[in-house]
Amino acid sequence: MKTHVLFNLFATFLLADGLNIEDSAGQFFSSGHTNNWAVLVCTSRFWFNYRHVANTLSVYRSVKRLGIPDSHIVLMLADDMACNHRNPKPATVFSHKNMELNVYGDDVEVDYRGYEVTVENFLRVLTGRLPPSTPRSKRLLSDDRSNILIYLTGHGGNGFLKFQDSEEISNVELADAFEQMWQKRRYNELLFIIDTCQGASMYERFYSPNLMALASSQVGEDSLSHQPDLAIGVHLMDRYTFYLLEFLEDIHPASKANMNDLFKVCPKSQCVSTPGHRTDLFLRDPGSVLITDFFGSVRKVEITTEAIDLTDPIKEVEERPANGDVHKEMHSYVDQLPVSEIIHQNGKLCATSTNKMSLCCFHGDVSECEMQLPRGLGVEGPP
Amino acid sequence: KQNAAAQKQAEPAVLQPTPQPKDDFQEELVVRPLHSGDIYASFQFRTLWETDFMRGNKVSHYRLFPKSLGQVISKFSVRELHISFTQGYWRTMQWGQPYLPSPPGAELWVWFQDSVTDVDATWKELTNVLSGIFCASLNFIDSTNTVQPSASFKPLGIGNVTDHRFLRYATLPREIVCTENLTPWKKLLPCGSKAGLAVLLKSEKLFHSSFHSQAVHIRPVCQDWQCKTTSWELRQTLNVVFDLHNSGQGKREWSLFKMFSRTLTEACPLASSSKIYIDITDNPEQFELSPATSLLSQAMVLGDRRTFSVYDLTQQDTFGSVRSLNLLIRWKSTEGDMLRPLLHAERYVAGYGLQTGEIHTLMYNHHPYRSFPVLLLDSVPWYLRLYIHTLTVTSKGKDNKPSYIHYQPSKDRVRPHLLEMLVQLPPNSVTEVTVQFERALLKWTEYTPDPNHGFYVGSSVISSLVPSTVAMDTNSTRERPLFSSFFPCKEESSYFVRVYTEPLLVNLPTPDFSMPYNVICLTCTVVAVGYGSLYNLLTRSFQIEEPSPGLAKRIANVIRKMRGVPPL
Repeated sequence: MKTHVLFNLFATFLLADGLNIEDSAGQFFSSGHTNNWAVLVCTSRFWFNYRHVANTLSVYRSVKRLGIPDSHIVLMLADDMACNHRNPKPATVFSHKNMELNVYGDDVEVDYRGYEVTVENFLRVLTGRLPPSTPRSKRLLSDDRSNILIYLTGHGGNGFLKFQDSEEISNVELADAFEQMWQKRRYNELLFIIDTCQGASMYERFYSPNLMALASSQVGEDSLSHQPDLAIGVHLMDRYTFYLLEFLEDIHPASKANMNDLFKVCPKSQCVSTPGHRTDLFLRDPGSVLITDFFGSVRKVEITTEAIDLTDPIKEVEERPANGDVHKEMHSYVDQLPVSEIIHQNGKLCATSTNKMSLCCFHGDVSECEMQLPRGLGVEGPP
Repeated sequence: KQNAAAQKQAEPAVLQPTPQPKDDFQEELVVRPLHSGDIYASFQFRTLWETDFMRGNKVSHYRLFPKSLGQVISKFSVRELHISFTQGYWRTMQWGQPYLPSPPGAELWVWFQDSVTDVDATWKELTNVLSGIFCASLNFIDSTNTVQPSASFKPLGIGNVTDHRFLRYATLPREIVCTENLTPWKKLLPCGSKAGLAVLLKSEKLFHSSFHSQAVHIRPVCQDWQCKTTSWELRQTLNVVFDLHNSGQGKREWSLFKMFSRTLTEACPLASSSKIYIDITDNPEQFELSPATSLLSQAMVLGDRRTFSVYDLTQQDTFGSVRSLNLLIRWKSTEGDMLRPLLHAERYVAGYGLQTGEIHTLMYNHHPYRSFPVLLLDSVPWYLRLYIHTLTVTSKGKDNKPSYIHYQPSKDRVRPHLLEMLVQLPPNSVTEVTVQFERALLKWTEYTPDPNHGFYVGSSVISSLVPSTVAMDTNSTRERPLFSSFFPCKEESSYFVRVYTEPLLVNLPTPDFSMPYNVICLTCTVVAVGYGSLYNLLTRSFQIEEPSPGLAKRIANVIRKMRGVPPL
């Protein structure tokens, strides 16, 4: 009797819990993505563009803090500010003056650095057309259920963004790259943030679906930098990214803040320029898109009731030394500077070379070499 | 229940006993106070693993050896791999010889197994994979900066075959070293940076130094004195020199906390040995060590017998009652002379203008009566066109003929120059090697985004067997501290040393990149003005036009028009 009552209570509890699970599972699947990627690019070189590197690193820090692992972040920094010889505090990049916040951190992994940050490499990363020997950490291995965050910063103009003072990427190229990504189903939804002068011109030409874009200034306006630090001697951050970082510091992985809050970041009173955004290509309502859909990495779990049979444990095969092989040869270390061997090795090298013009050794018979050299440098014998 | 018990008893007979782990991890830190007041700290982490990557069955169970490197070794059939990242230049005359030398920038040299058929393609893939592992731009290593030395860089591990076709050497002098290179390096350690000596590796202190070098060395070594079986050795080394004035605030008083902003609390649990050695040879009375230790050890390193105070971190009483170890080294006096290093080298560019120049390499032999041979390796990029007929080697004012020269001329955009020479350095002398060069004009797309910084020429490498003052230890398998067992020693009277010169920074003639725009503007203007004027002159027809009449005449014309009479 008692067990019967207990069993009933238990069953109703399970049922109620089950309904709760289904409810939250419904919320879980509202966005339709299963993994998150981030491509963060700083395109400027030289010490006085410190703020662009600080911009990119502060977004990197936020994205890592909210859960996206290094393996899913492609970080491209065009110049090294942290270990630059002009940096009074090496291995640090600060975002707030008086050195309050070191956005460089202790476990940063930069995938493309220095001269590798070019328009070609950026477009190749986006479209996936990389040479076969490129390592995994330098690839954007997204699929059709990935949400990608792309952040660009640097110097730009009306319709272009300057890479490293030597080349530009135009808004048409960028829009075509995104279309290629859509055709190859390389993203589910894409958020594009750009912090440059006249940044809104870069998203004017987009035409692929599921793109949302934010820029720090409209066409004809300049994005301004925030505050200099007198000890370091340069401006530390740009205004838009500074207020974006402050906004993101309040976000935690379970936060319910949505894109409408992000559009309100840095109004004209704080930013001096007018930030813009574009949502007409995006299928969902921005109010229902969580910040953590792009900046965080919420793992979706699909509940299945199938049973999987595990195989038997693999037995490690013990290597038995071959009994017949008693005399193994005795190894030894190689002589590091065998002087007599080096002097007499000329013959061996010249004989195995296929191109006598390229390998030329001097030892007595100069006739072996086709290149004539003054006798003064010929050799009579070992000293 | 009885069946279950019987089954349990039967199982051990079916499953094999777990094999004993055949890998071993040791860590050590050597601290050497330098005469200039700076302090030199050298970390070495060594993993020994008795396995064979080269046989058919793939290795799948990794314990202490990092899997990423194990897969690199087996996939690319690597016999030896040496990679180093250095920031700063080692000042031999002020600091003496380092335990492990390295050139500024990145250096990679690899010996492949003789089963590799296409060494160049394997080399290219290997550099790409390593660039991903170490977060460095090693993918810039290609045929324009790779050389195949013919006599230098013999294998440091065991092996019989030394066919130099399987050796590749490349340097990237411009490569920057920062936290992003340290992070993956730390992740290769068995304890990571969580326990043991690696907790001291904080980037904010390590990069605020005069010299910082981190390296990974993989090679096969002898397992025992018979040397019939080999194990794979992975050494991760980190050398750092802290500046007296920058980090030391001018006081000759160093502690672990001052150097690394951390103290030690435990050894790495996976390490079989975890020790700190402080070099007290030079002035045992001149500085005091605290906490005091009674362990002393002597080692023959760099041709000298040095005495060390040893702190064993695997012993719990090393940490004392506060459970943390913070070594304090305080100088009592500043006297004392440093033993001058026997071999030292410098290099510089002479000349003026942007067309020609001269590379001077100076090698100093400070031994009073012994001469010894050195092997000089120079790899110069193709855009400095060397004139080898101007190569001169002089010692003490007289010609010094090298007993071996290997020169491989460069090919534009394909291959760099390679010059290797075996030179005998007379005692107490300076040997100068000079060669003239001409600068090439690059195509405008080949310039870097900051061409006015200049172009780097990698360091020269000078390998030599230097006579030592004490008998070196040739027994390679005796238990020796790691810092003294890196270079194999075959004879007692000399030790092997490698010295790197400075890299050169050369300005190439750089065009004005705004010139195409200027030329187009100017040309279009000239064409428009010139052609336009000519066209107008030829095709314009002239018509006589009456000047406009005065006011009176205009009124009169109006009246005449009204009357129907022709105007004036």
